[in-house]
Amino acid sequence: MSKTQITAEAGIPQIVITREFDAPRDLVFRAYSDPELLVQWLGPRDLAMTIDHYDIRDGGTWRYVHKDAEGNEYGFHGVFHGTPSPDGIVQTFEFEGVPGHVSLDTTTLEQHGRKTLMRAVSSFQSVEDRDGMVASGMEQGLQDSMERLTELLTKLQAS
Amino acid sequence: MAADQLSLVFGALADPTRRAILTRLTEGEATVAELAEPFQVSQPAISRHLKVLQNAGLISRTRRATARLSHLEAEPLREVTTWLARYQRFWDESHEQLDELLAALQADQKDDPGRDRAANTKGDDNE
Repeated sequence: MSKTQITAEAGIPQIVITREFDAPRDLVFRAYSDPELLVQWLGPRDLAMTIDHYDIRDGGTWRYVHKDAEGNEYGFHGVFHGTPSPDGIVQTFEFEGVPGHVSLDTTTLEQHGRKTLMRAVSSFQSVEDRDGMVASGMEQGLQDSMERLTELLTKLQAS
Repeated sequence: MAADQLSLVFGALADPTRRAILTRLTEGEATVAELAEPFQVSQPAISRHLKVLQNAGLISRTRRATARLSHLEAEPLREVTTWLARYQRFWDESHEQLDELLAALQADQKDDPGRDRAANTKGDDNE
């Protein structure tokens, strides 16, 4: 089973996430577009997801909240652009914890035999904006500074 | 952490010199001159970086005799890392759950062959 790959190239304000699923693309699309299915998979296991609304159509808005065991809430919202289809779900995405740092996300589903390749491109307003999201050093190939930050953060977490 | 502070922390971390300063400060307090030493930048430039870090709550500054010492404040960084580490974990775990959901949905379809079968024919010839 392929792992989720997150790529963030230096100097380009984008994050690309790819993942292969062992299912036909129409089914994967259903899992992305039907809020009753979405709520069953989106987000880490220890966060409870609530969908405030999910109006999947051109100009429709969405909002969901993830809540952790301590009761902290992480809200996200955005707007769909164009009619969502397996060829493209285009939406804005904003984490309510950092308002104003809006990204434009395009998710495409490509069928490869019996599998589906999901590719999600998030475009940020600037590299700084993007780096804020990536600063954890989640991508292996990032520049030295990111590696140094990772070391720093590891030290801090160990202390 | 307040949303605007999280934003300030992100802004502060976006600069490689400021990240290097933070790394240096994990070894202990330092003066502006000590912090400027490894870089090709002037002390006033370092001072400006320190101001950004201080605004973000990432460092505190104290005066000892004539020197101003910078001290790392780990808490905001720890909080922001917690949030940032979530980003990778968020997608890893989401996609694992999606794997399980897709497997369950496909098992359902086998029990009920009429449903969605037509939608699945596309691409099946590549097997």
